[in-house]
Amino acid sequence: MRQRQRVPGVDPKHLVKEAAQLLPDPARRAFLRGGASLGAVAFLAGCDVIDGASAEHALRAISRFNDRAQALLFNPNRLAPTFPESAIARPFRFNAFYREDEAPVVDGGSYRLKVGGLVQEKRDWRLEELYALPQEKQITRHVCVEGWSLVGSWTGVRLSHFLKRIGADTGAQYINFICAEGYWTSIDMPTALHPQTQMTFKFADETLPRSYGFPMKIRIPTKLGFKNPKHVVEMVVTNDYPGGYWENQGYNWFSGL
Amino acid sequence: MATSAAVTSSSQTKRLKGRAIHPLWVRISHWMNALAMIVMIGSGWQIYNASPIFDFEFPERITIGGWLAGGILWHFAAMWLLVANGLVYLVLGFSTGRFKAKLLPIRPREVVADLAAALRFRLAHQDLSSYNALQRILYLGVILAGVVAVLSGLSIWKPVQLQELTFLFGGYENARVVHFLAMSAIVAFLVVHVVLALLVPKSLRAMITGR
Repeated sequence: MRQRQRVPGVDPKHLVKEAAQLLPDPARRAFLRGGASLGAVAFLAGCDVIDGASAEHALRAISRFNDRAQALLFNPNRLAPTFPESAIARPFRFNAFYREDEAPVVDGGSYRLKVGGLVQEKRDWRLEELYALPQEKQITRHVCVEGWSLVGSWTGVRLSHFLKRIGADTGAQYINFICAEGYWTSIDMPTALHPQTQMTFKFADETLPRSYGFPMKIRIPTKLGFKNPKHVVEMVVTNDYPGGYWENQGYNWFSGL
Repeated sequence: MATSAAVTSSSQTKRLKGRAIHPLWVRISHWMNALAMIVMIGSGWQIYNASPIFDFEFPERITIGGWLAGGILWHFAAMWLLVANGLVYLVLGFSTGRFKAKLLPIRPREVVADLAAALRFRLAHQDLSSYNALQRILYLGVILAGVVAVLSGLSIWKPVQLQELTFLFGGYENARVVHFLAMSAIVAFLVVHVVLALLVPKSLRAMITGR
């Protein structure tokens, strides 16, 4: 039984740290070595950009520039293309930083969605209360940062509707989503208010299975898959940049489609 | 005699300087493009390996970035250089008349004849200021491949915001294949281009010094 703490007896931060250790360490060390050898080949010789630390610094600065460029390119009224039922991939691919049998088990009965930060109504939401909000269905393309994509069907509540209900400060910059297993990711307010950004309770008309994020995921067809968190237990409206599990390791933060 | 010879030589130099085979803007954009392309291709291979379209992966040591996030950071940094430099190159190529003068006309018969000569290692490469039919079609082809690579890349990066472009490439999944094929065409060109530049070193020198 899950209580209101995320996972009884487990500190999510500790969990994330452990998960991070599962990352390809040699690969991460080699992260910028490619850049160093490239510099030797071409024109960067003698320039301190080839130095690993400053190359990483420069690349991250460009990535932040790319965040701003993508925010400018983002049209809040532009809808992601939708597809017919026949395009839905079955079975839909499982993807996470953990194995499918390690997906968090969340008890629907004791589940509470915690809402915090710059909102008027700071209270917890039970699943039945969330289910009672107006729901709609979308059939859209999920695009993974790895390159693959699949069409799926997601049903749930417009996040913008929920944000209005809880009196969120929609002038705030970020919304941070925290998940049962300690994963987290954050998005910009214009994307949060996009009509297709959804608090999802169903996949292909069935209650969201455990591996796809029971009891609630955030579906954002205008962002890469890793910005679509599963098993969301807490939502925080904030002006302090929250980063994210993958973003803090180098994935571009905005990652808009 | 000696004086007149010296004068002639100096005026010849002046004339040659005035008619550099490759003007400065061509040389700068060529090497900027070379740098951008190497980074785009190496980091693109890293990204490809995260979810291969075909039944093979690129060897890790010839990719750039170390892992997926690193590859993406490099790819989306070098894209600005590739596109900015490419736009300057295209605008100057058209406005100075260089494209028209150097790359046109392309006559199929000449291409076939030059290809046959090249395969028998008999294609002359004496006058660096004028391209044979094979060079013309290859240079034009690689410029087009670069344009297709950028457009298909944009349609993969922004399949929602630029969905009309993605649609033109037959949807997201097809655009990935087009992007891969454009890269393949550029790499194939690069192999031939680098081998020939090394076989005819004065052509390499011309792209550095202008003459």
